[in-house]
Amino acid sequence: MLFEFSDEHGELRRTVRDFCEKESDENRVRELMSSEQGYDPKCWSRMAEELGIVGLIVSEKHGGADLGMVELAIVAEEMGRVLLCAPYLSSAVLATSALELAADEAAQNEILPKLASGEAIGTLAFSEPAHPWELSKIAMTAEADGSAFALSGEKSYVLDGSVASEILVAARAGAELALFRVAPDASGLSREALPPLDQTRRIARLRFDRTPATRISSGDISDQLNRALDRAIVALAAEQLGGAQRVLEMATEYAKTRFQFGRPIGSFQIIKHQCADMLVAVELARSAVYNAAFASEEDPESVSIAAQMAKSYCSDAYLEISNRNIQVHGGMGFTWEHGAHLYFKRAKASEVLFGSPSFHRERMAHSLGFGAR
Amino acid sequence: MNESELRERTRALLAEVNPDAGGDQRVPFRAAQFDHGLAWVHFPEGLGGLGLAPKLQGIVNDELHKGAKTFYEDMLINPIGIGMGAPVLLKYGKQEDMRGLLRRCFTGEEIWCQLFSEPSAGSDLAGLAARAVRDGDDWVLSGQKVWTTLAHVAKWGLLVARTNPDLPKHDGMSYFLIDMHTPGVDVRPLYQITGEAEFSEVFFDDARVPHSQMLGEEGQGWKVAIATLMNERVALGGGASKKGGGSIAVLIDLLKSVESQRSAAEDAVLRDRVARLYIESELLRLTGLRARAARHSEGPGPEGSIGKVAQADISKEIWECCSEVFGADALVYEHGYELRQGRTTVSDNRLQAKYNLLRSRAYSIEGGTSEIMRNILGERVLGLPGEPRVDKDMPWKDIPRSR
Ligand SMILES: Cc1cc2nc3c(=O)[nH]c(=O)nc-3n(C[C@H](O)[C@H](O)[C@H](O)COP(=O)(O)OP(=O)(O)OC[C@H]3O[C@@H](n4cnc5c(N)ncnc54)[C@H](O)[C@@H]3O)c2cc1C
Repeated sequence: MLFEFSDEHGELRRTVRDFCEKESDENRVRELMSSEQGYDPKCWSRMAEELGIVGLIVSEKHGGADLGMVELAIVAEEMGRVLLCAPYLSSAVLATSALELAADEAAQNEILPKLASGEAIGTLAFSEPAHPWELSKIAMTAEADGSAFALSGEKSYVLDGSVASEILVAARAGAELALFRVAPDASGLSREALPPLDQTRRIARLRFDRTPATRISSGDISDQLNRALDRAIVALAAEQLGGAQRVLEMATEYAKTRFQFGRPIGSFQIIKHQCADMLVAVELARSAVYNAAFASEEDPESVSIAAQMAKSYCSDAYLEISNRNIQVHGGMGFTWEHGAHLYFKRAKASEVLFGSPSFHRERMAHSLGFGAR
Repeated sequence: MNESELRERTRALLAEVNPDAGGDQRVPFRAAQFDHGLAWVHFPEGLGGLGLAPKLQGIVNDELHKGAKTFYEDMLINPIGIGMGAPVLLKYGKQEDMRGLLRRCFTGEEIWCQLFSEPSAGSDLAGLAARAVRDGDDWVLSGQKVWTTLAHVAKWGLLVARTNPDLPKHDGMSYFLIDMHTPGVDVRPLYQITGEAEFSEVFFDDARVPHSQMLGEEGQGWKVAIATLMNERVALGGGASKKGGGSIAVLIDLLKSVESQRSAAEDAVLRDRVARLYIESELLRLTGLRARAARHSEGPGPEGSIGKVAQADISKEIWECCSEVFGADALVYEHGYELRQGRTTVSDNRLQAKYNLLRSRAYSIEGGTSEIMRNILGERVLGLPGEPRVDKDMPWKDIPRSR
């Protein structure tokens, strides 16, 4: 596999980078991260209308661009690079994929066009406190009353759960894993924004108390949802790659221009080697992400393992690099004013989101047949 | 005085003033401790000590731990004054009211801060630019300091300034104890990763400091600064005060009390990491004890950097590991990031660990970076050759600087 990007891919990357650099410079990020909503609805509309990237992976018949994981990885990488504050991962990736892969046609027809056009923000509420990232351990079970259902219990760490207008919930119907749709103003639903470690991505806790829900899938959708989650994991890993690349650049720039002892600090071997180690890690992370992205097109069977590899490697790499970057910046890297901490916090939160490196390595060991006996 | 007499003397102090008596006993108790010569036993009589070997301070602290529930940690009361300022003042100061200064320093009635780092001089402290120009009996200060912890509450500042820019950098500095309330000293908060301002920027605009406040002689600033920093590294690298105490205790408590979201296999991996960190913290503590026992009265040497490096690495990893124990809950940061002055203290282990994941990023920067500590260990302890120096012998004003 040689990861060949086409001219169109290059064009997409340039367009998104341009947009991100203009619309999401550090000042803007700081404004949005301390704002109530956490994103800019106007910017979101422009991403949908001018760039067409909100509906990037939505199929054409539902108003999307019908593109694949390679394009998604490019877009996510650029967003991660600038810490774009937008409900992209939640709405354009996870909720969209869940609908595309697991929902009934009627629900797809109704909801996907709204997500693709940016008119609605979607989220998939699946994490439960006991085993947040394992779909097979989802315990919330819908109470059935004829064709109507009611949900009770709690979903946590729901991405953009406070602002989403299309709330999808993964819960059981009997033994089957199913997708439900809950109206934002449904009775018994309460949404609580959680104070985030990483202020550039919002999370919420959703509580359901006999909340009316519509089942929008048929049969057991474990496989489909796992595939949707894999897509989100690959997108997250791509974001991590973009962030790590940016942090490497920050550290290198600083090491060239900061003088101590009459010379640039980058001339001290320990700093030079730290920057070189960051570069090695970024390039391995890049291979992990592109491997997972291209696998979806060329070898779908291998996507799960590729996603686990990417998520565990990119998480470790991004965290280590953003940590090192603080160190290279000395006292400056510890300040609020400098951007280094924003990347550190994003790296830490991304490491945790969708499962820790250790969690993914354990799953990978199983998939590769050397799991625990 | 032998060990049992020292224990006896400490018990007598506790009988006289009881730290557990209720209300805030800190000032009266610490004042009495100072007057009994139990503040720093290796200091001279009358100045908080008894002229004993420094390692005997351990006996006093042990007895204080045993005799009362309340134990006042130097590092919490006046970290810079007690750990770093007092020994330097004692050795280099000519102040008339030495006793009063040391006593108020020990009780925490007067907080001290350290005005060393500048925007262009951090690791390369000797590159500093703040100027002091002699005018009659005073020195007139101009320039800027940065990252000054506690400056916003400090009464006294330990200050290094350039008194002769034409000399090579190490030779042209002098050291002062400056009253932070002097006109022309302006303290502005500087916010950090947690949203708090523990440190400040300090600007000098023709602030005057009397010549009598100089520590050491004119041109000896580097020597006094190094003595200060070595004390700091020992203070920062000491490890926990009791077995299994400090940050590792928090980690183990969390491991036991936080509901695991992990599989048995992941739990085993995590447990291995915690056990390794336990070993490392315990060895750090024991190394600190050995270093203190070997301490001579001239104060610590460059080997103090061993504890400082190890402490930074181990503590940072302990707080990272706590975060792993939290699982998905690590996404939530209850403290919030409102910009504010001072430092968060919480007794709840969970919240403390969340805060310290962020705060600990500075452990390998404050008090000298881990890279600089490793240079010191390599060059000054192991005697490895230094890197070629471009700046050492030229006049300070001619050294290349950041663009
Ligand atoms: C929380 C906190 C509290 C502080 N409190 C105080 C205080 O109270 N008073 C005070 O005076 N200062 C204080 N400081 C400042 C601290 O001492 C400096 O930040 C530290 O010495 C590093 O200097 P710098 O920030 O300028 O980084 P720089 O010196 O610019 O270092 C940048 C990077 O270059 C590396 N580097 C520099 N020189 C070399 C070399 N020769 N070889 C290899 N690597 C090198 C460093 O290790 C670092 O990684 C505090 C800092 C922090 C973070």
